[in-house]
Amino acid sequence: MALLEITDLSVHYGRVRAVHEVSLTVAEGEIVTLIGANGAGKTTTMRALSGLQPVSSGRIHFDGEDITHLRADLRVIRGISQAPEGRGIFPGMSVRDNLDMGAYARRDRHLTRAADLERVFTLFPRLKERSRQAGGTLSGGEQQMLTIGRALMARPRLLLLDEPSMGLAPMLIGQIFEILQEINEQGTTILLVEQNAHRALSVADRAYILETGSIVATGTGSALLDDPSVRAAYLGVA
Amino acid sequence: MNIDFLIDNFADLSVTGLAQGAIYALVALGYTLVYGVLRLINFAHSEVFVTGTFATILTLRGIGIGPDDPVPSLLMVLLTLVLASIVAALSSGAVALLVERVAYRPLRRRNAPPLVFLISAVGASLVLMEIYALFLGRDNVRVGNLIKPRTQFTVFGADVTNRQILIVVSAVLMMVVLDSFISRTRLGRGVRAVSQNPDAAALMGVNKDRVIALTFLLGGLMAGVAAVLYDLNFGVTKFSAGFLIGLKAFTAAVLGGIGNLRGALLGGLLLGLAENWGQALLGSAWRDVIAFVFLIVVLMFRPTGILGESLGRARV
Repeated sequence: MALLEITDLSVHYGRVRAVHEVSLTVAEGEIVTLIGANGAGKTTTMRALSGLQPVSSGRIHFDGEDITHLRADLRVIRGISQAPEGRGIFPGMSVRDNLDMGAYARRDRHLTRAADLERVFTLFPRLKERSRQAGGTLSGGEQQMLTIGRALMARPRLLLLDEPSMGLAPMLIGQIFEILQEINEQGTTILLVEQNAHRALSVADRAYILETGSIVATGTGSALLDDPSVRAAYLGVA
Repeated sequence: MNIDFLIDNFADLSVTGLAQGAIYALVALGYTLVYGVLRLINFAHSEVFVTGTFATILTLRGIGIGPDDPVPSLLMVLLTLVLASIVAALSSGAVALLVERVAYRPLRRRNAPPLVFLISAVGASLVLMEIYALFLGRDNVRVGNLIKPRTQFTVFGADVTNRQILIVVSAVLMMVVLDSFISRTRLGRGVRAVSQNPDAAALMGVNKDRVIALTFLLGGLMAGVAAVLYDLNFGVTKFSAGFLIGLKAFTAAVLGGIGNLRGALLGGLLLGLAENWGQALLGSAWRDVIAFVFLIVVLMFRPTGILGESLGRARV
């Protein structure tokens, strides 16, 4: 059974339809990516998954439970953790406090915090150097690392990542994707939303392509990488 | 202009100003806390404060202390003050929670625009005020004698009374407790998280509704203690007493930097001082004018207040 199952999900902003009857599944242990151009509805889908955006129709099941209308904070307790796009940090808190916020919902946080911090600092040594600095003073790339590290502090079963490569230097992007694979190998299921299709398809087990709110193609990462129409539309290769 | 009078009595005026300012500061915390998480000025906070002033008097009457009774023994006074503070804090806290439930939460559910919240805030304020007028009358209500002001020591020629010491010490103590609650406890971190980034806070598993209710409760508890100190300091209250002190506390919050807890303390003390110096200089009729000139000037030239957002960590 799939860990996450989205069935015919539609989301509207007022009268504007942002996501239209999207269905997708993520199995335990997979990396699944949702790629698409700007405005295709990727972030909206993510917000609906984590409960920040109300759903117009369709269902979301997590581990067999219907969570379509569950409050956002309760989804975190179920094991869904999102690293939001862009500046999703707490600017006035130190890096360390930001990371602690990641474990906010865990009852056993006092037992696991030290080990989890160590893991995050091993993945992102940069955060360790900056741990006393206020989150708002970090560079864009460091803030990106902070949102990912913070999401890991929740020890999620499903990690939702919204555009982890956005605004980063190419070398850093490579690093982040390596880290994602590492996290996945350590047992975390990942749903990854990306504009950087090449990178995303290279690490993903399976992928969905979103165009103006609907899914237009799906397949394994490697199959889509070889698909001529995908290459033309998303990889800039004729 | 009476510069000589100001200079001659500078120390005395300052001590009086600090005691009043401490009360403003405690009330200002309620505005700042709620603004921090909701970006909303809770205009009903003045009535949350008034609740405490009446709760204090009702507690005194309940244990048999009338407005004209002589000052009881020291032990009795202390017990009474503790009891009155608990009753007033809980009453104000309860009314604050009620306001949140009735006047704001339904609007949040409907995603109402900010102006609607403001109208609801003013409405809640008027409704509470009239309820108090109905049940407790429109006249001044005298508190009674709990502390006979007695000079304890002298600083720079200013007499400092036991009452003033009690007021300033209690207010500062409450603020220290609140500040460490916000910065040290898990729930407090939840409050800071919602104020800095509400969506990200939800993604951390913070229950936003609970945090919002908590800020109203905390603001109410502080206002309740402020109300006891107010009753001690002025000896009289009224159904409409919240209007002026509410506006002044709001001014204090804006002056210090709204959303900033330490700013509320700074703003409150500064406003208390400025009021007392100003009225010495210009005459007591100008007292309230000074506060509002302050408010207008701050809003015009430095709307983020003195501490503003620069004190990231001190922000709620």
